[in-house]
Amino acid sequence: MERPLTQHMKPDGSALDISEYEKTGGYRAVRKALTMAPKEIQEMVRNSNLRGRGGAGFNTGQKWSFVPMGDDAPRPKYLICNADEMEPGTFKDRMLVEKNPHQLIEGMIISAFAIQADIAYVFLRDEYKTAGRRIAGAISEAYRSNYLGKNILGSDYSLDFHLHTSAGRYMCGEETALLNALEGKRATPRAKPPFPQTSGLWGKPTVVNNVETLCNVPHIVKNGVEWYKGLSRSEDGGTKIYGVSGRVKRPGLWELPMGTTVREIFDEHAGGMQDGYKFRCLIPGGASTEFLTGEHFDVKMDFDSVMKAGSRMGTGTMIVLDDTICPVGALYNLELFFARESCGWCTPCREGLPWVVRILKAIEEGHGEPDDLEKLEMHGKFLWLHFTYCALAPGAMEPLRSGLKLFRDEFERHIKEKRCPYENVPAARMNV
Amino acid sequence: MATIYIDNKPYDVKDGGNLLHACLSLGFNLPYFCWHPAMHSVGACRQCAVKQFRSGHDTKGRIVMSCMTAATDGMRISIDDPEAAAFRKSIIEWLMTNHPHDCPVCDEGGECHLQDMTHMTGHVYRRFRFKKRTYLNQYLGPFLTHEMNRCIQCYRCVRFYRDYAGGRDFDVFASHNHVYFGRHRDGVLENEFSGNLAEVCPTGVFTDKTLKKHYTRKWDLQTAPSVCVHCSVGCNTIPGERYGELRRIRNRYNGEVNRYFLCDRGRYGYEFVNSALRIRAPLINPSASHNGGGGPVSGGERVAAKEEVLRYLSDILYFGARAIGIGSPRASLEANFALRSLVGAEHFYMGVPDTDFRLVTLIADVLRKGPARSPSLSEVEAADAVFVLGEDVTNTAPVLALALRQAARQKPLEIARKLRIPLWDDAAVRNAVQNVRGVFSVAAPYKTKLEEVASRSYHGAPDDLARLGFAVAHELNNENPAVEGLPDEVRSLAVSIAQDLKEAKRPLIISGAGCGSEAVIQAAANVAWALCSGKRQAGLCFAIPACNSMGLALMGGGSLGAAFKAAREGTADRAVILENDLYRCAPEEEVNAFFGQIRHTVVLDSLATPTVAKAEVVLPAAAFAEADGAMVNNEGRAQRFYQVFAPDNGIRESWRWLRDIMIAAGRADVREWQGLDNISAALAETLPVFRQAPEIAPPAGFRIAGMKIPRLPHRYSGRTAMFADITVYEPKPPRDPDSPLSFSMEGYQGQPPPALIPRFWAPGWNSVQSVNKFQSEVGGPLRGGDPGRRLIESAGVKAPFFKDIPDAFAPRTQEWLILPSYHIFGSEELSVLSPGIAELTPRPYVGLNAGDTGALRVSEGEEIAVAMNGAEFLLPVRHFPELPSGIAVLPSGIPGLQGLMLPAWGALAKRKTITVTGAT
Amino acid sequence: MLSDQEKQGIEAELENYEHKRAACVEALKIIQRSRGWVQDDGLHDAALALGMTEEELDGVATFYNLIFRRPVGRHVILICNTISCWIMGYNPVREHLSRRLEIEPGETSADGRFTLLPVPCLGACDHGPAMMIGNELYGDLTPGRIDAILEKYGWESD
Ligand SMILES: Cc1cc2nc3c(=O)[nH]c(=O)nc-3n(C[C@H](O)[C@H](O)[C@H](O)COP(=O)(O)O)c2cc1C
Ligand code: SF4
Ligand code: FES
Repeated sequence: MERPLTQHMKPDGSALDISEYEKTGGYRAVRKALTMAPKEIQEMVRNSNLRGRGGAGFNTGQKWSFVPMGDDAPRPKYLICNADEMEPGTFKDRMLVEKNPHQLIEGMIISAFAIQADIAYVFLRDEYKTAGRRIAGAISEAYRSNYLGKNILGSDYSLDFHLHTSAGRYMCGEETALLNALEGKRATPRAKPPFPQTSGLWGKPTVVNNVETLCNVPHIVKNGVEWYKGLSRSEDGGTKIYGVSGRVKRPGLWELPMGTTVREIFDEHAGGMQDGYKFRCLIPGGASTEFLTGEHFDVKMDFDSVMKAGSRMGTGTMIVLDDTICPVGALYNLELFFARESCGWCTPCREGLPWVVRILKAIEEGHGEPDDLEKLEMHGKFLWLHFTYCALAPGAMEPLRSGLKLFRDEFERHIKEKRCPYENVPAARMNV
Repeated sequence: MATIYIDNKPYDVKDGGNLLHACLSLGFNLPYFCWHPAMHSVGACRQCAVKQFRSGHDTKGRIVMSCMTAATDGMRISIDDPEAAAFRKSIIEWLMTNHPHDCPVCDEGGECHLQDMTHMTGHVYRRFRFKKRTYLNQYLGPFLTHEMNRCIQCYRCVRFYRDYAGGRDFDVFASHNHVYFGRHRDGVLENEFSGNLAEVCPTGVFTDKTLKKHYTRKWDLQTAPSVCVHCSVGCNTIPGERYGELRRIRNRYNGEVNRYFLCDRGRYGYEFVNSALRIRAPLINPSASHNGGGGPVSGGERVAAKEEVLRYLSDILYFGARAIGIGSPRASLEANFALRSLVGAEHFYMGVPDTDFRLVTLIADVLRKGPARSPSLSEVEAADAVFVLGEDVTNTAPVLALALRQAARQKPLEIARKLRIPLWDDAAVRNAVQNVRGVFSVAAPYKTKLEEVASRSYHGAPDDLARLGFAVAHELNNENPAVEGLPDEVRSLAVSIAQDLKEAKRPLIISGAGCGSEAVIQAAANVAWALCSGKRQAGLCFAIPACNSMGLALMGGGSLGAAFKAAREGTADRAVILENDLYRCAPEEEVNAFFGQIRHTVVLDSLATPTVAKAEVVLPAAAFAEADGAMVNNEGRAQRFYQVFAPDNGIRESWRWLRDIMIAAGRADVREWQGLDNISAALAETLPVFRQAPEIAPPAGFRIAGMKIPRLPHRYSGRTAMFADITVYEPKPPRDPDSPLSFSMEGYQGQPPPALIPRFWAPGWNSVQSVNKFQSEVGGPLRGGDPGRRLIESAGVKAPFFKDIPDAFAPRTQEWLILPSYHIFGSEELSVLSPGIAELTPRPYVGLNAGDTGALRVSEGEEIAVAMNGAEFLLPVRHFPELPSGIAVLPSGIPGLQGLMLPAWGALAKRKTITVTGAT
Repeated sequence: MLSDQEKQGIEAELENYEHKRAACVEALKIIQRSRGWVQDDGLHDAALALGMTEEELDGVATFYNLIFRRPVGRHVILICNTISCWIMGYNPVREHLSRRLEIEPGETSADGRFTLLPVPCLGACDHGPAMMIGNELYGDLTPGRIDAILEKYGWESD
C-alpha cells in the first residue's frame, strides 16, 4: 500500500530537512511543474479528483480554475495554506507540517504556480509552536535553494513566501475570515460571492487550501492522474490521513486509501475500544459532523459515502465516545466550544449558541425543562446553512441535531430525573 | 426592469437591484436591522430572511437574506412562507435573550426600530430563562449616551461611524456574544457626525444626551418641518417641542440635500432657542437714543407693550427720512424683504462683513453667469473627481464634507463594478476596494480633515491656492492665463489635478468664502468653467458663511461699510438692525463709531447680543423654530421652514414686527401682508429672482380632504391636562395663518405633501426608519418630489474666464498674514449657546507652524501677543503643522474672538509672562 | 515606549505584508512576548507604529483569545478543554491543577507564576488530555504527572 504523504516521515518524529526531502524525490515535482503550463496543472489536479481536505471536499483543481489568469488578471495573486487546524478532534495538519514541512512547501509552490500566484502565506495557528519553528526553517532552506524567491530554479516564475502565525480563534480557519485575519482585521467571515478566487486577500485573487490538500499536489504532478486515482478505494482521488481519538487502544493517525471503511480504521488501526469501555458512537470528521453509530461501520470514509450515511467526512479524524460518557455532557462540551468561537457577526450564531449551551448545561445539571428539547430542535433547524452567515453554526448543529435524535431517551431521562445519570463522569463538573 | 414574484404575485422592480430594497420600496413590511438605505447590506443580523424558489414548481425553496440577494427577472420569493416567518421571529427571540426589558425607561421607547420589528415579527413570549449579559457603558461626550446592554450587535454604528463618516476612534471589540461597540476608553467622540448614531442605532444604545435633559417621548413632541440654521448647506430637520421648550432636532430626509444624516452642530445647536439670553418681550431704552452708548439689556430698558412700542417706533422712524435697514444672513427671506420694504431698497444693507459681502456676491454671480452648475448634495455624492480649493469644508459646511467622503469612493467603486460585485453588497465592495483612494485633491491653507480621503493635497496662502487653481484651469483650457513663476512641484501638481479632472465623468470643484479670497473663488470658477465643454458638466459648489447668505446676496443691498459711511456722512441717523450682531461683522471700534452716529437704533433679534445692548428699541424676534419663512442654501435652493411652536406672547416673527411698524407708520401697501404667503408673493413680484418663492411649499389655504396637517402626533398625551396648573379648561390652540399646519392633534393623518411632513411615522413604523414609507423608492426622492426649489441655474453658456492672477504670497518679516481657522463647534454664532457645543468649543488660540513658533521662540501652549486691526490679544500658540510660514490662523467667530475681520496682517510677539513668586 | 527589540521585531514583520496593519497581530504578540501581556501603553505605541488608532488595534487584540489584555502569570498554562481531551479526562487533570495552584480557570496563582486558561483543541487529540506551557506541549496527562511538570517551572510541591 502506497502512503505518498507519510511514508518518508521519520519514526522519531523529527522533520525531514531539505536534503533528506530531496533524497526522497522531493522538489522533483516542482521542476516538472515549471515546465508545464499553469492551466495544464490545474486540469491535472482537477482530473485527479483531489477534493479539499479542509472539510468541505470541493474539487481542488476546479477551485483553482476560477482564478483569473493571463496578463490582465489583477495582481498580486495569492495562495494561502490554511494551517489553522482547530476543529476539535483534528490533528492531522500538525503532523504533516511538523514532520515534512518541505512537502507542504513544494505543494504550495506548484499550486501557486498553477494559479500564477505572486505571494504565498502559510496561515498557522499560534499553538503549533513546533510546526511553526520547522516550517520557518524549511522556508529559509527552500529560499536558499531557490525553490522560493525570484526566478525559481532559473525559470521566470517568482514566488514570495511568508509564514503568518495567528493568535487563537477557530473562526480564523474559515477561509474568508482567514483573509480578514491576515489583513490585520477582526476575523469575521465575508459573504460569498464574491469568492476569494476573484476578490480575496486585499481584494485580489486568492486561493485558500488546506495543508493536507496542498501536500497531495506534488505527488499528483510527479506520478500522474491515474496513479493518484488508483490510490483510492472510491471516486475521490488519493489517500487520506485518518485519525481516531477517544478511548481506543491506539489513538493516532494513518494514511490510508481514500474510502477505507470506518470499521477498518476503527478496528484494525485504532485497535478497537480500550478494555472496559464500550463503543457508543463516533463523530467521523471533527466536531462539526453528525454522529455515526455501530450501524455505520461499513461506511466508506470518503466525502460522498459519509454524506449518504447522514453525516460528513469533514476532516476524517474521528472522535469516539464510549459508554461512560454522558452524551448530553459531550454535547454541552461541543457546543460550548462553538459558542465561544463564534465571531459575533450574525445573530443566530452569536445569540443562539450561548442559549443552546445554557440549555444543555441546565439539563446536565438537573434543571432541564420539558420544552427544552423543542428549543434545542429549533436551534438545530435554524442555525443552518443559508440561515446563518457562515458554516460555523451549522457545523455546531450537526452533532446536536443527530445527538437529539440518537440520544432522545438520555435527554428525557436527565430532565425527568433532574440529574445526570452518569455518576462516574459528571459532566456538570466540567468547569470549562 | 425585472419582474419578480412575491408570494406568487408579479411586481416590476429594478433588475439586479437589492431584493430587500425592492420589497421595502414596494411597501412590504419586511423587517431588517443591519441594512441601512445609505449604508446598504452586510447580511449580519439575518432578520430580513425570505424564501426563494427555483421555479413555480419548487415547493421546498431555500432561505435567503433578502438584503444579500439581487432581484432578478423571473425570481420567485415568499415573504409569508411559514419557515421564513418563523425564522424572522426567532431572530428577535435571540436578540431579546440579551436585550433588557427597559423600554419604559429607555429614551428610544416609542420610536425604537427594535420595538417595531419585534411587533412586526410577532415575537411576544419569552422562552429564554437565563441571565442576560451586561456591559459597562462609556462616557462619549456631551452629545450621546451609551447604554450597551441594549445593543443588538447589528454593527450599524461602527459601519456608520467608520465606513461612512470616516471616524476612527470608535470600533467593535471582543468576539462571540461579548462584542462591544464603543471607544478604546471613555472620551468625547471625535467625529463631527457622531450624533447620527442616535438615529442609526435601531435601539437605545446611543441616544441624544441633550434630549435626556428635557426628555420627551416622540409621541409627545410637537414637530414641524424645518431647516437647519447653522451653516449654508440647509439640511432639513425636524425640531421637536414641548412646554414651549425645544427638545431636540432630528433629521428630515430630503433626497437632494442631507438625505439621512446631519452634523453635530446642526443636531445639537438648537439649544440657543431655550437660552437664558432670549429676548421675550419688547424693550424700550430711551437712554440709548442720541448718545449711541446705551447700556446692556439689563440696564435702563423697560418692557413695553406691543402697541406702545409700535407707537414709539412710528414716532422715531418717519420714513423716507434718514433710516437705514441692516439685514441678516441668518434671517429669513421674508424678514429681510420686510426690512427692505420698510427702509426702501436703496437704504437696505447686508449685515455681513465686507469681505463676505464681496465674496458671496461674487459667488452668486459665478453660479448664475457661468456654465458650471451648483450641485445638490446627492449630486456631490456622485462626483467621481473632486478638487477642494481653499475651504475647510468639514468645519464650514459639515454635511457637504460628509457627501464629499462618499464622492471620494466613486472612482474606487469601479474596482467592485469590474468584479461584478453589486454596489449594495457593502462589505464585499469594501473588501474589493480596500483603501484605494478616490480622485480627490485638497488645497487649503492648513491641513483639513478631508485630506484623510485625498489623493493629492497642497497647503498655501490664499494667493498661492488661487495660483494653483488658475494653473489647473490653464492646463484644462489655455484660454485661461498662464501662471508665471510657479514652482515646479506646484506646476506638476496642477498638471496632475487637471488630468484627474479631465478624465472624470462628473468632476466637482469645491470652494468657498473660507479663505476670504476673491482670487480663490475666481480660480475655482475658472477650473469648473474650463471643464464644462461639450457634453460634460462640471459641478461647482461653494461653502458660504450663513444659512441664508445666498438669499441675502440674491436680494442684494449695500455693504455694511456703505451703511457705516452713510452714518458717518450723516445721510443716515436711524437704523433698524435685523437679527444681527454687528460686532461679528466689523471691528468693535467701527461698530461703536456707527452707534455713536446713529440717533435711534432698533434691533430685532431673538438673543441678547452686544448689538442688542446698543438698541433703543428691542423687538423680540422669533427663533427659527418659532417662525415660518424661507432661506436659500449654498446650492441656491430655496427651502421653507415652519413654525414648530407658538412662542411666548411677546415674541413674533421679524417680518410681522416690521409689517406692523409699517402699518403703524401708515404704509397701506403692507396691510395685505396677513400671512407669510402674502409677503412671499410680494417678494416674488418685487424681485424676479425669487419668482418661485411661493412655489416651494403649499399655501396656507392648502387642505387635504378639508383638513390641516397636525403638528401634534395622534398619540400626543396630556393635552387637556398640561396647563391644568393655570387653567382647567383646555386652552384654545394658537391659530396659524401662515401654513396649512395646525397646532393640534386633529387633522389629516395620512402622508402630507413632502414640504409639509412634520414627522416620519407610519403604521407599524414608529422609528426614524419610517421614512422608507414616505419615499417613492427607498433612498430615492420623497413621494411628490423632494422639497425646495433651485432659484439659480447656471447660464449654461461660456463665461469669460477671470484673468487677475494674484502674485505669489510673500511672507513679511515683521508681520503675519492672519487667516481664519474654522471650528464646527465654535465658529457659528447661535450654536455656541448650546451647552454641549460650548463645551467642545476651543479656547482662543493662535495657530502657527512649528518653524514659525521656533522663530518666535515660543512653544505650543505658551501665550503670545497678537496685534491686528487695532486690537491686541494674548493667545496661546497651537501648532498647525501644514500651515505655510508667515501665516498665522485665529479661530473664526469663537467667543472672545468675534469681529476679527480676517484675513488681515498683524504682528506677533513673544511676551514675557510675569510670574508671581513668593506670595504670602 | 516600545523597546528597540520590540521596534525591530515589528519592523521585521512589516516586511511580510503589503499593508502595515496586517502586521498587527504579530506586533501584539511581540509586545506580549516581551512583557507577558499587552498593556494599554504598549497597545498605544504599537498602534502608532502601525498607523492604526487604539480602537482599531484593540478591536483586533480583543478578538483573539491568545492576546492578553490583562496581566498573566509568568507561565500561562493552556489546557485543552474540548471534546477529545474532555473524554480522556480533562476534568480530573484540571481539578488537580486548580487544587495544586489554588486557582480557578482564568486566574493567576498567588506567586504570579501560573495562569490557567482553558483553550480549544490543541491538536493533540490522540494524546489527550493535553496542555501547553510556553512552547511545550504536554500530552497524556494524569493528575499524577502534573506535579512533575509544574516542578519544571519552579513550582515546589508541598
Ligand atoms: C468555522 C470554520 C473553521 C474552519 N477551519 C478550518 C481549518 O482550520 N483548516 C482548514 O483547512 N479549513 C478550515 N475550514 C474550511 C475552510 O473554510 C476552507 O474550506 C478550506 O480551508 C479550503 O481548503 P480545501 O479546499 O483545501 O479543503 C473551516 C471552515 C469553517 C466554517
Ligand atoms: S450599538 Fe446599536 S448600532 Fe451598534 S451594533 Fe449595537 S444595536 Fe447595532
Ligand atoms: S438586514 Fe439583511 S441580514 Fe440584516
